[in-house]
Amino acid sequence: MAHVHDVLVIGAGGSGLTAALFAARHGANVGVVSKLYPTRSHTGAAQGGIGAALGNVEEDHWEWHMFDTVKGGDYLTDQDAAEVFAREVIDAVIDLEHMGLPFDRLPNGKISQRRFGGHTRDYGKAPVHRAAHAADRTGHMILQTLYQQSIKQGITFYNEFHVLDVIFTEDGRAIGVVALEFATGELHTFMAKAIVIATGGFGRMFKVTSNAFTLAGDLQSILYRKGWIPLEDMEFFQFHPTGLYRLGILVTEGARGEGGILRNASGERFMERYAPTIKDLAPRDMVSRAMYLEIKEGRGCGPNKDYICLDLTHLDPDIIEHKLPDIAEFSRTYLGVDPIKEPIPVVPTAHYAMGGIPTTLNGEVIKDGDGTVIPGLYAVGEAACVSLHGANRLGTNSLGDLVVFGRRAGLASARFSEVESFIDLPPDAADPSRELIDGIKSRSQGETPFAIRKDLQETMMDNASVFRTEELLEKQVGIVQELMERYQNVVIQDKGDRFNADLIDALELGFLLDNAEALVHSAKNRKESRGAHAREDYPDRDDDNWLKHTLVYREAPGKVRFAYKPVVLGRFEPKPRTY
Amino acid sequence: MRVNLKLLRYNPEADQAPHWESYQLDADPMDRVLDLLHKVKWETDGTLAFRRSCGHAICGSCAMMINGVNRLACKTLVQDLSGDTITIEPIRGLPVEKDLVVDMEPFFKAYKAVKPYFINDDPPPARERLQSPEEREIFDEGTKCILCAACTTSCPVFWINGTYIGPSAIVNAHRFIFDSRDQGNAERFRALSGGGGVWRCRTAYNCTEACPREIPVTHLIEEVKRAIMLNQV
Repeated sequence: MAHVHDVLVIGAGGSGLTAALFAARHGANVGVVSKLYPTRSHTGAAQGGIGAALGNVEEDHWEWHMFDTVKGGDYLTDQDAAEVFAREVIDAVIDLEHMGLPFDRLPNGKISQRRFGGHTRDYGKAPVHRAAHAADRTGHMILQTLYQQSIKQGITFYNEFHVLDVIFTEDGRAIGVVALEFATGELHTFMAKAIVIATGGFGRMFKVTSNAFTLAGDLQSILYRKGWIPLEDMEFFQFHPTGLYRLGILVTEGARGEGGILRNASGERFMERYAPTIKDLAPRDMVSRAMYLEIKEGRGCGPNKDYICLDLTHLDPDIIEHKLPDIAEFSRTYLGVDPIKEPIPVVPTAHYAMGGIPTTLNGEVIKDGDGTVIPGLYAVGEAACVSLHGANRLGTNSLGDLVVFGRRAGLASARFSEVESFIDLPPDAADPSRELIDGIKSRSQGETPFAIRKDLQETMMDNASVFRTEELLEKQVGIVQELMERYQNVVIQDKGDRFNADLIDALELGFLLDNAEALVHSAKNRKESRGAHAREDYPDRDDDNWLKHTLVYREAPGKVRFAYKPVVLGRFEPKPRTY
Repeated sequence: MRVNLKLLRYNPEADQAPHWESYQLDADPMDRVLDLLHKVKWETDGTLAFRRSCGHAICGSCAMMINGVNRLACKTLVQDLSGDTITIEPIRGLPVEKDLVVDMEPFFKAYKAVKPYFINDDPPPARERLQSPEEREIFDEGTKCILCAACTTSCPVFWINGTYIGPSAIVNAHRFIFDSRDQGNAERFRALSGGGGVWRCRTAYNCTEACPREIPVTHLIEEVKRAIMLNQV
């Protein structure tokens, strides 16, 4: 079946819905293709808040927010993106309130704000109240509010459609997509003047992750497979310090923003040693590394000394029940631990891809180090790399990213669609997708997706997570290549058409493997430590050689090529990063 | 421990009618029921179909009937269930598409019928609209809803009456009706007071018991009834 929209958005999380809303308000005919019902999207799992210098609780300025974002990103952040972001996120948060978002309130009726990691007053002097919040379900409320407004706006949704391909003209303009309808197994083609990719990250390549089962980097992989579209800064993957022990389920940094403390086995507040000024509210990369070191040096908690304690027991129980109700419930449900009475066992959990599809400030996808734009193709949110987050994202800045750059991409794509015309899709547009599906379905002997995925997740965790070395990355490059060869023989049991989740599992594993390939090659290539990319063999940041963005292209499976893009500097000179 | 997982299976491409199938598994008491379903799917029978995404009770994908009660598979631990047999069926009242997957369209259609979005046509101020913490608290419970359908598909009226919009839609209407900033009550009350609206509710409390977010659903429905009766537009 064929569908036609001026602007086609892929993904219905925060960035996709924002882009869709703003494109539709501009007058474009918008369609949204999502592999989940929109309210199932993982934006809903974001907890603690959305940072903006509203100054509702104490003095704050967008320049301070910009500085924190740049420093938090270990100076790999493009400063034009950080400036646009820190200025526009203020208006974007107000706009969400105008859409009805139920933020928590201060006694004077204004939006309440709390402290968060790496957000400071006066360029690093002390933590600042910047994160606007709705209890510890801020992402849930943003997702709900945006979906509600999309209904009001009358946007067309294609729910439970899995995009398998993006179609380009020979000279490289994006003109449509091919998607598999989960309910029927049918392939649909979508013709669009502009396509906005908003499909999120790929944390499922790691064993312990806060990410949904569905986050496999589908569209990053689909573009990377083309060979001429790069992925940017894939080596920078954030581990959030506080995932529930064993499960990786997120416990918001807002828990520390409200006064929670990380303690090792002897009860020591060890962050005082690593970040004397802002302690437990240091950026995530630093806290995760500190936790790893505490555990490695034998100071972990529990019988196996393999976790850290997040202590909230000194907080007023009322704060826990009202400002952190969900994480209290998660801890009780999944670990049987009541955070009012005892500390929560936590470990770093794979959380967020700073890297992704390279874009301009308006979400236009670019294909090289000179910033050459691919006409008709846009990307936003975690799937994209603008690069706002640089080498390490600050807490709350993902939600701000969604609404600021979602708006920009929505408007830019709608304007593009006003002046451009449709280009017919070739009659065989769906053939490669059909061959991909038939190839998997027709195979009768081989390995299940489960076995390959399990090996991927375990080895990525061991060899390419919080700390890295040349030796481990070299090993992992080989392992990923081997897994890709095994994947050539992936076999599924379900040969049917309707709701074939077995097929989806196999397709998503293919996407994950591509993202893993891009990540490990980029990590091995970058011989320095910066933000979330910590090399034990190159422990220092090397601005002389590595103050630049990586662009990785696939030449052939297992074979990549690198190019580089300069970092946009400006207001803030790179300095050593201490807190 | 050893667990007997009994699943109501149905594949319209192959089966005449739904039938039970049992799977014997090793389980840890701390395992989620979702973990057991994954174990079956990934290691034994890849044809099993069910929805899931986040794995920790925030996305609302995996509502199913577990040992006769509507729950989220990701929020139910093996140790929460008594006995060593766990039975799982699709949620009731929505057409079964395959195994544990039901057609969610009627559910979302009912949701959309109550105009579940902020309505206020006044030009917004330059900054946020003000709202006191007390005003915000009044509608807090309804904002927790994840649209999983556990409440609606546990409601005996919803099972029998083909037009009742169900508890979830009313909870989402409540979230706006009691929001001091919203002005859309007249429009919403029309949808809520019609034949498929709030007056169908017989206060069976199944919805309240089913809600994985512990929203006092029946109580909120009663508040909506009262608001309509007193015409609190």
